Amino acid sequence: MRLTVEDVSFGYDASRKVLQGMTFTYESPDVMCLLGSNGVGKSTLLKCIMGELTPTSGTILIDGRPVRSYSPREMAHRVAYIAQTHTPSFSYKVIDVVTMGRTSRIGYLANPSDSDVQFAYEQLEYLGIERLAERPYTDISGGERQLVMIASALAQQPEALLLDEPTAHLDFGNQFKFVRLVERLRERGMGVLMTTHFPDHALLLGCTTAILTNGGVGAQGPAGQVVTEESLRTIYDIEINIRDIERRRVCIPGSMTDPLGREDRSSGAGKFETGSTRRP
Amino acid sequence: MERMGESPDKRPETGPDTGRADGEAPQRAPEGTGTAVAAGSSEAGTPGVSRSAEFVRGRRRMTWLVPLFVALPILAVLVSLTIGVYSISLPDVCRIVWCGITGTKFTSDAYANPQLAYNMVWTVRLPRVVASSLVGAGLGMAGAVFQGVFRNPLASPYTLGVSNGAGFGAAIAIVLGLSMGFTQGSAIAFGLASVALTFAVASRSSRSNVTLVLAGMLISSLFSSLVSLIKFVADPAEKLPQIVYWLMGSFSEVSFDKLVTILPLYVVSVVVLLCYRWRLNVLSVGDVEARSFGVNVTRDRNVAIVAASVISAVAVSVSGIIGWVGIVVPHLARMITGPDYRRLLPVSLSLGAVYLCVIDDVCRALTTAEIPIGVVTGIIGVPLFLFFIYKKKVNW
Repeated sequence: MRLTVEDVSFGYDASRKVLQGMTFTYESPDVMCLLGSNGVGKSTLLKCIMGELTPTSGTILIDGRPVRSYSPREMAHRVAYIAQTHTPSFSYKVIDVVTMGRTSRIGYLANPSDSDVQFAYEQLEYLGIERLAERPYTDISGGERQLVMIASALAQQPEALLLDEPTAHLDFGNQFKFVRLVERLRERGMGVLMTTHFPDHALLLGCTTAILTNGGVGAQGPAGQVVTEESLRTIYDIEINIRDIERRRVCIPGSMTDPLGREDRSSGAGKFETGSTRRP
Repeated sequence: MERMGESPDKRPETGPDTGRADGEAPQRAPEGTGTAVAAGSSEAGTPGVSRSAEFVRGRRRMTWLVPLFVALPILAVLVSLTIGVYSISLPDVCRIVWCGITGTKFTSDAYANPQLAYNMVWTVRLPRVVASSLVGAGLGMAGAVFQGVFRNPLASPYTLGVSNGAGFGAAIAIVLGLSMGFTQGSAIAFGLASVALTFAVASRSSRSNVTLVLAGMLISSLFSSLVSLIKFVADPAEKLPQIVYWLMGSFSEVSFDKLVTILPLYVVSVVVLLCYRWRLNVLSVGDVEARSFGVNVTRDRNVAIVAASVISAVAVSVSGIIGWVGIVVPHLARMITGPDYRRLLPVSLSLGAVYLCVIDDVCRALTTAEIPIGVVTGIIGVPLFLFFIYKKKVNW
């Protein structure tokens, strides 16, 4: 699957543009990270790609066809989208939720067969959470729920997963496990396009990375080239140091000597600005 | 890249791969299938028997639900036929029903006039009992559908304004002195018109789920005011009591003719919803998720809403407005089946039929003067609903 985003802009009303002039390409089964500050429109961009929102200008193509021309079923065979949070209302069993991923693979009015349930269960096994199969989806933790949604997405057999800040609600350990899961998905041949707040993850995965700014895509390329001290400083508006420790490259926010700004108050420490208030 | 070539998503091998990234012990058995998995683990080494296949085989299937929930409404109907001033025993009721179906003559020594007993069952009691079952089943099912698509435990068949619309239709027909058939038709027409109006109002916004409920409330109150207006101008001696009686709901005026008129619409809608049972599951999980799973959310939700609204409108046209059935029955059903619409819909149908059939028995048997059924469903339904909440049985 080849995704082309060309000069896409979006605004809920004319005066306030959430997205402006986004241009990048993605091709499965690559892994790609989208970095950008709060409010720069990462989630909005994914919603535009999924056809949930219609861009005010620009085009989004999948395999050369505008996304709006895809039926939901055709779309489900290309990409599976997982939103940041999902608030469940009914206590479906985990296995039932994962089996719902099969919906686009069965007839319009058909019920999933035993082999669909088996395939769903295999996705739970793949993620190592098959012990949750008979548990109510409402009773499991947020991290587990995230994995269940990924299992549903895999049951859908798309060409790529579209993940909106998949690590946002995970604890420290689960965040790291998630990065390793992305690596396994890559080995399996499953494309991943995700937004993230962690440049470390992009460096760790060494994947294609695009930097989103208020004025468009700042840069796109291998993480090692795109994720630099300067580019991160532009995104996040703080000093960021990138260091190589043994065989790892890590991002350290703040000054190496005075991270909390105790000695130098002039740097604006403790004040917040977000993408939507900051003008390019 | 070639999409049609090698599928990028190979089936994962079970076994060596399990639980690698996440450090969870994959050997633990899934809850609820303890014995099946324990039996399966001994032969885990045998080729061809994977743990996932074992899991599928070990899943608890509620096959006992089918005969039980088919039998319950039939039993309720037969028992209800025995209830009344003129006493007819259950075996005789069965024989009379059988005679009617096969077209043979009912003869019995137990009755001074067997033909009277026969007529009592076939022309007096059966239409009423069948009507209350059909209306109960329809309202129960429609309620289950509305609660799912709106993901709201308080959604009911009347959420989109069907009841007040139909009430207005019936009231206007009564005031104009139209015949029974026209009153019924007018109730259906205005019930569906109010839903159409609700859709028209809500279509201005993209957040259609919340807006629909809100628009339903608005249209509902509009028609409710119009009904008040009609009540105000109606002739208080003759028309007003009729309107009030209709608004409180009753099966006393029901006939087979009335049922036959609504049957095609009713059956088609019920069948459509039963066909949609898996889709309703997916829709009830969430709009974003359902869309990602490949469901055309707007279209499929509208199909479900229209079908459920048609059922509600024709039900109201038979019986007048009967509240609380469409809220309480799906919750009762969910206590038994869980949220899965593949089981919830048939069980809601069955329980709805039994529930309203029994309540109508109470209405006609408790006192010599008949109690309006809409009043009784409220008096029974509200404490029941409170009980669910209190016991946290609202399996939500």
